[in-house]
Amino acid sequence: MDILNAVVVLANFVLIPALSYGSQLALGALGVTLIYGILRFSNFAHGDTMAFGAMVTILFTWAFQNMGISIAPLPTALLALPFGIVVTAALLLATDRVVYRFYRQQKAKPIILVMVSLGVMFILNGIVRVIIGPGEQRFEDGARFIINARQFKEMTGLEEGLAFKASQGLTIVVTIIAVAALFWFLDRTKMGKSMRAYSDNEDLALLSGINPERVVRITWILAAILATTAGVLYGLDKSFKPFTYFQLLLPMFAAAIVGGLGNPLGAIVGGYIIAFSEVTLTYAWKKVATYFLPASLAPDSLMQLLSTDYKYAVSFTILVIVLIFKPYGLFRGKAV
Amino acid sequence: MRKLLLASAATMLATAATAEEVKIGVLLGFTGPIESMAVPMGAGAELALKEVSDSGKLLGGDTVVPVRADSTCVDAAAATAAAERLITSDGVKGIVGAACSGVTGAVLANVAMPNGMVMISPSATSPSLSTAEDNGLFFRTAPSDARQGEVMADILIGNGIKSVALTYTNNDYGKGLADSFEQAFTAAGGEITISAAHEDDKGDYSAEVGALASAGGDLLVVAGYADRGGAGIVQASLDTGGFDTFHFPDGMVSDSLTAKFGDAIDGSTGQMPGNDTPGAEKYAELVNGAFDATAIFSGESYDAAALILLAMQAAGSADPSVYKDKVMDVANAPGEQIFPGELVKALDILAAGGDVDYVGATAVEFLPVGESAGSYRVVDVEDGKFVTLGYR
Repeated sequence: MDILNAVVVLANFVLIPALSYGSQLALGALGVTLIYGILRFSNFAHGDTMAFGAMVTILFTWAFQNMGISIAPLPTALLALPFGIVVTAALLLATDRVVYRFYRQQKAKPIILVMVSLGVMFILNGIVRVIIGPGEQRFEDGARFIINARQFKEMTGLEEGLAFKASQGLTIVVTIIAVAALFWFLDRTKMGKSMRAYSDNEDLALLSGINPERVVRITWILAAILATTAGVLYGLDKSFKPFTYFQLLLPMFAAAIVGGLGNPLGAIVGGYIIAFSEVTLTYAWKKVATYFLPASLAPDSLMQLLSTDYKYAVSFTILVIVLIFKPYGLFRGKAV
Repeated sequence: MRKLLLASAATMLATAATAEEVKIGVLLGFTGPIESMAVPMGAGAELALKEVSDSGKLLGGDTVVPVRADSTCVDAAAATAAAERLITSDGVKGIVGAACSGVTGAVLANVAMPNGMVMISPSATSPSLSTAEDNGLFFRTAPSDARQGEVMADILIGNGIKSVALTYTNNDYGKGLADSFEQAFTAAGGEITISAAHEDDKGDYSAEVGALASAGGDLLVVAGYADRGGAGIVQASLDTGGFDTFHFPDGMVSDSLTAKFGDAIDGSTGQMPGNDTPGAEKYAELVNGAFDATAIFSGESYDAAALILLAMQAAGSADPSVYKDKVMDVANAPGEQIFPGELVKALDILAAGGDVDYVGATAVEFLPVGESAGSYRVVDVEDGKFVTLGYR
């Protein structure tokens, strides 16, 4: 029995990875849920908006790196992030102007807007691949680790190492800041209040003199901020490859729906639920159990519930279960 | 149809009667997925045929004529028809080919066996061909994919490694290699703690590495690709401290791997196809820039063609049912070692009743099942570089 080692193993392979992955999902799901709450459709282009935002940020990062500008030990990408956000926001506003506004004025059904967003997704998909290519891009610099496994073992004398990557720490911190700022904006500012009013009851909001186009514009800008931040953090932590962002769409939607579509708090909770389920269900618990249990009870098998191949199936399963038993989500969003 | 058959039979008889021209089929994938590989392969085979033909020493002065046919690599019906044509209409006495494993199996079962034709494939590597029924007619100068698994198990056991975690890229190559390694390693007394597939081109491998690290082991065997998922697995292992030594099969032994990880993977081991005989060099000299002598399976093609002709010489007959028993004799010791460009010497020795041990461009050494044992370069990582330790 060795509880300390068990906790370290658990933290290293489950808690820290799931926490940073959950944060990235939460930021993505927030964007999805915001669009759903205000514009009333599921934006399938959100994953590729993340890819686009990350791509612009990478281009700026490379430019800064070439100019020798750095904010070591923090990654240069953090400095490039605002520029990425501005370009992405411009893109989203232009898309809204050219594509979505037309359908909004037609009072098109949500399902039509969903299909429209699917089209936008394919176009963004193509734009990103044309500009930066389909391959993997590396842009991280600065310190790689807050603490790495070998240092941790030397420091504590424990058998098991604990690695905490700088990108993971950064992800968690940035997520906290972004979420706090978003909630402050929605709860405390006049614009935030009018957004919530518009989301609750569009007609009543219009009668109270809220300018709907302005609400829509601010929503797209918020979506751009969230998508770009999530995309850059995911790219820093894992790696940037356009296709992986497309794959993120499923867990992001699962997170938003589990939490209750249209409910920001739900999106955050949903993000962590999905991430922790994916990681804990596919983790082989043998090592933790060996440390935790007395030697006589130590397991022979891997104690792995699901092979890692089924990672994405976990999001699907949770999605289905929630839709069957609690279609409004855990935090009562809008019906799907 | 009957007329055609009669005509072919007549042609065959005529050829046999004069016994001046020996036709050899070169049945390779000239169109299809490996068409770019087929060019130096066909040229390699024809180089050996020409070398023997020009010497005028085969079976007391026979000339050798290559006949090309297209095995396509993927279309078994087309390959079978092409082989049928080689035998019935062209009257070849031996076939170099086919190129890919699937069509090779089809040609062997449907054409070579019923007609009693000798086939030596330079490039079919599927393990299933080792056990395919062949009446002693089929050989290959390329090693079976299963062979690398055995060599890999051998290296690890030799290094005192008793328990490993294993991850492989989720395709035929990765799965086949992982299976053969698992079999060989457990047979040798080693333990595989976990055998898990990984998908290439994903962003995040921490879940995969979490499972691998939890299963534990002395090191991690990564049967993947150096530029794709394999590198992601190594990266995540190093990041989390799950593993810091690895064993790399051929797909991973690449300079891009050491460029990426440097001395972080010091102490890791690996192997890739390669040999230390002067055969490859002599082959390159012989080719003399006419085509790319280092191209994959080109040397194997030369060796396959050479083996057919040397076996004929040893048997004193171009009849496949007679010389098929001599292929193993000329390929393996004892006897004088024969390298590319020395086929004339071999013909002389054999004509005088002597023995040869054909080494060729690719260090040919046939296992009892009639396929090349394959030779592998064993490497390890020192100071962030792959260093050759030896060959086996």
